[in-house]
Amino acid sequence: MDLAAVVVYEILYTVAFLTLISAGLAIVFGMMRVINLAHGEFVLLGGYAAIVSHNTLGIDIFVSMLIVSPLVVAAFGVIAERLIIRFLYGRLINTMLATWGLSLAMIGGFTLIFGTTTTSIKAPFGGFEVGEFSLSGYNIFIIASAVGVILLIFGVLKFTRAGLIARGAMQDAGVASSFGYDTSKVYMVTFAAGSALTGLAGGVLAPLVGIGPTAGSLYIAKAFITVISGGASVVSGLIASSGFFGFVSQFVTFVTNSVVGEIGLLVAAVILLRLLPTGISGRFFRNRL
Amino acid sequence: MRRGARDGVVEARGLSVRFGGVAALDAVDFTLADRELRCLIGPNGAGKSTFFKCLTGVLRPSEGDIRIRGVDCVGAHPHRIAGLGVGIKTQVPSVMNGLSVRENIWIAARKRNSTREANRIVAETLERIGISDSAGEPVGNLAHGRRQLVEFGTVLAGDPWLILLDEPAAGLTAEEAERAVDIIVEMNDRAAIIVVEHDMHFIRQLAKTVTVLHQGRILTEGHVDSVLSDPLVRDVYLGKSQ
Amino acid sequence: MTARQTLTAVIVAAIVMFVLPVFFDVLNLTTFAAYALLALSLGFVWGYGGILCFGQTAFYGLGAYVYAMTAINTGEAWSGVFLAIVIPAAFAAVLGAMMFYGRLSDVYLAVVTLVVSLILFRFMNTTAGEQYIIGKARMGGYNGIPGYPTLHIPGDPEAYIYDENLYYFTFIVLVLCYLLTRWLLGSPFGRILVGLRENEQRIELLGYDVRARKTAAFAFGGALAGLAGCLYANAAEIVTPELFGLGLAAEIIIWVIVGGAGTLIGPMIGAAVLGYLKFVLGLRAIKEIFGKDNPLEAPLVFGTILILFILFLPRGVAPTVQGWLSRAPLGRGGPARGGQRRRTRTERARPNA
Repeated sequence: MDLAAVVVYEILYTVAFLTLISAGLAIVFGMMRVINLAHGEFVLLGGYAAIVSHNTLGIDIFVSMLIVSPLVVAAFGVIAERLIIRFLYGRLINTMLATWGLSLAMIGGFTLIFGTTTTSIKAPFGGFEVGEFSLSGYNIFIIASAVGVILLIFGVLKFTRAGLIARGAMQDAGVASSFGYDTSKVYMVTFAAGSALTGLAGGVLAPLVGIGPTAGSLYIAKAFITVISGGASVVSGLIASSGFFGFVSQFVTFVTNSVVGEIGLLVAAVILLRLLPTGISGRFFRNRL
Repeated sequence: MRRGARDGVVEARGLSVRFGGVAALDAVDFTLADRELRCLIGPNGAGKSTFFKCLTGVLRPSEGDIRIRGVDCVGAHPHRIAGLGVGIKTQVPSVMNGLSVRENIWIAARKRNSTREANRIVAETLERIGISDSAGEPVGNLAHGRRQLVEFGTVLAGDPWLILLDEPAAGLTAEEAERAVDIIVEMNDRAAIIVVEHDMHFIRQLAKTVTVLHQGRILTEGHVDSVLSDPLVRDVYLGKSQ
Repeated sequence: MTARQTLTAVIVAAIVMFVLPVFFDVLNLTTFAAYALLALSLGFVWGYGGILCFGQTAFYGLGAYVYAMTAINTGEAWSGVFLAIVIPAAFAAVLGAMMFYGRLSDVYLAVVTLVVSLILFRFMNTTAGEQYIIGKARMGGYNGIPGYPTLHIPGDPEAYIYDENLYYFTFIVLVLCYLLTRWLLGSPFGRILVGLRENEQRIELLGYDVRARKTAAFAFGGALAGLAGCLYANAAEIVTPELFGLGLAAEIIIWVIVGGAGTLIGPMIGAAVLGYLKFVLGLRAIKEIFGKDNPLEAPLVFGTILILFILFLPRGVAPTVQGWLSRAPLGRGGPARGGQRRRTRTERARPNA
């Protein structure tokens, strides 16, 4: 019984982890058809921001993670969007390539500024025990953050004016401009929002994972397949594919070990895309959020 | 003319296509005889394009049966249908923009011929469609009408016995349209042809049998003159377009 | 490709082959030649087949590993060379068939290929344990496999081909592969492949089986990449999981972009030049100039190069130069419209469009 609870807890954590690292990418892909291959480094930037803010500047850890990280990454995202990405809209492959360049450049930048060592931050909560197993209490915070992020995206898309415009833009890029909104501005704001969520993910994950210059590849691969497999519907696609991959990878991890679990996740992605070329939401949740 | 249910080159029986609850095609029966030239007309949304897509294998019908020279073609991949000797021209000119006119036609000719034979067919086809002067030019640099001609060339070069043309006159100048009519009539010597079109003037010039589709069903079928003077057809089709 | 063009290419290649060692270290040159072959494989698959493979490293790394393990087991090199071509090609054929028959295109294809090379990367990193032994070969995990027999004169496993001779061998293989690819592109298969890149639907409606053709092209690319991996393994004398890594995957793309997709020579030169640049950036002398805060971190430089090229010269150097010289004999039918073409492909990939 205890074991079952632990497994469920671990699965929930993995699903939450995938949701967090993918949310920003999902928004940017869903609304702008842009795949940001520097996404993993955006997560890292969020992590570094939290670490510097808390460890060096002594700002409260929650303020660092929940406010400083998103703001820093959003600001960086806007700069990247204005300098690079906006020239490439509508050219999916070229944006992928350019952001891959950005990814490499950021790796170089991190190495330059922070060195090659892996840094971290102390988690604000201790662990707790379920029967004979000890669990990390911080994971609950991660799960809560993921739920919060999903509710935030859903709420904004469903109930706000900006969300309405964004949904219009998701359906057809021409819609926003035909209603008199400046498409360029819509894209910039969307990219900033996606970056902020990515920064948030980096911030809240910083206490759990090591932040080093080349750790981004870990996130990009997972976020990438979660988003692509989820398909075009931001919220339902994100939930469905994080759920699916979280379950698969934790299950395989439980049966074997964590590396095989990771490989299992990647293999599942390849098979899933073969079976559902438009992603989960393209097949099951067409035209929903 | 040899006509009848058994020797048609194209036979469709009870063809239906439904998207969700909407029937784009509703139990259509259609027969095309060998060497026949048939025009398929109808207002927007009548099901012409859907029918065309079923024939070319792009769309799988929800129900019904399609046979091309007796071969069951339901759900067949487009290249299998084309491989039977069917020449297909789509609505939007579908050409290889980065390649020269000659290369475009060569690739079409090479499908059923040796390289040497293909080279000969290319020269001949360039002559037939009257585009020899721009043979070396990338197709992407040509005007729309010329690109349409190139696509005709790719169809011709395959020496098909059945040709499916979707809106061949779209975007052509009057002069080019006349040229297209000549080419179609000439192709008809060797092949049965289905033309999906809504340009009445163009259809009159072809002056053959016409099938009128309306709301996914066949409204009427007959010679172009009698069909176009049919008040029913005028109501659903001409009335709306004028 | 005419006999005369072939002859010209061979003469130019021979001159280059003999002149380069005067200026550069032969071990570096051997590595760059292997890189060039890898770039040639992606240049073919992407530039002519229109298949944007982000994971060409999968076949490269596989070629290197297969070579190393076969050589350890057989105690000689040539069976390894053979399998280092055949196995990556077969793997590419299976993977390609899965993707092309499943109608995956563009982004999805890029994702799947990238993920596949990541799977291999992760897997190879875990193979440190005792259970990962194939025949006599231990897979070695993140330490890789060292100490396998390298190339030798056929029939005499003691007569190693090394240093200068290995360089000449690698270079000649590169030139032969280049000529083979050229020939293939001039053949009906190649010409139809280029048509397919331009308009898949048209080729299909002309009666060609697009899926089978793309699979075949992808397998050919896999074979070239596998051979490149095998040559690299001979130069480096150690194979590690890094061969499958994301870093190298990005570098190949950069070589091809910078050199110019749509030519063969462009990516090859791009690989050699950027390979050399990376080598120079890694030199201790350069690092010491700046001390600890070296602004010339290789990823920073390469990332910036990629961004700048995508923004300002998306066609790459070779097609641009070719445009200036108009009909220079670099590559037949060079796609002076590279950027434009890529855009139309992209348009098709947009589900909303």
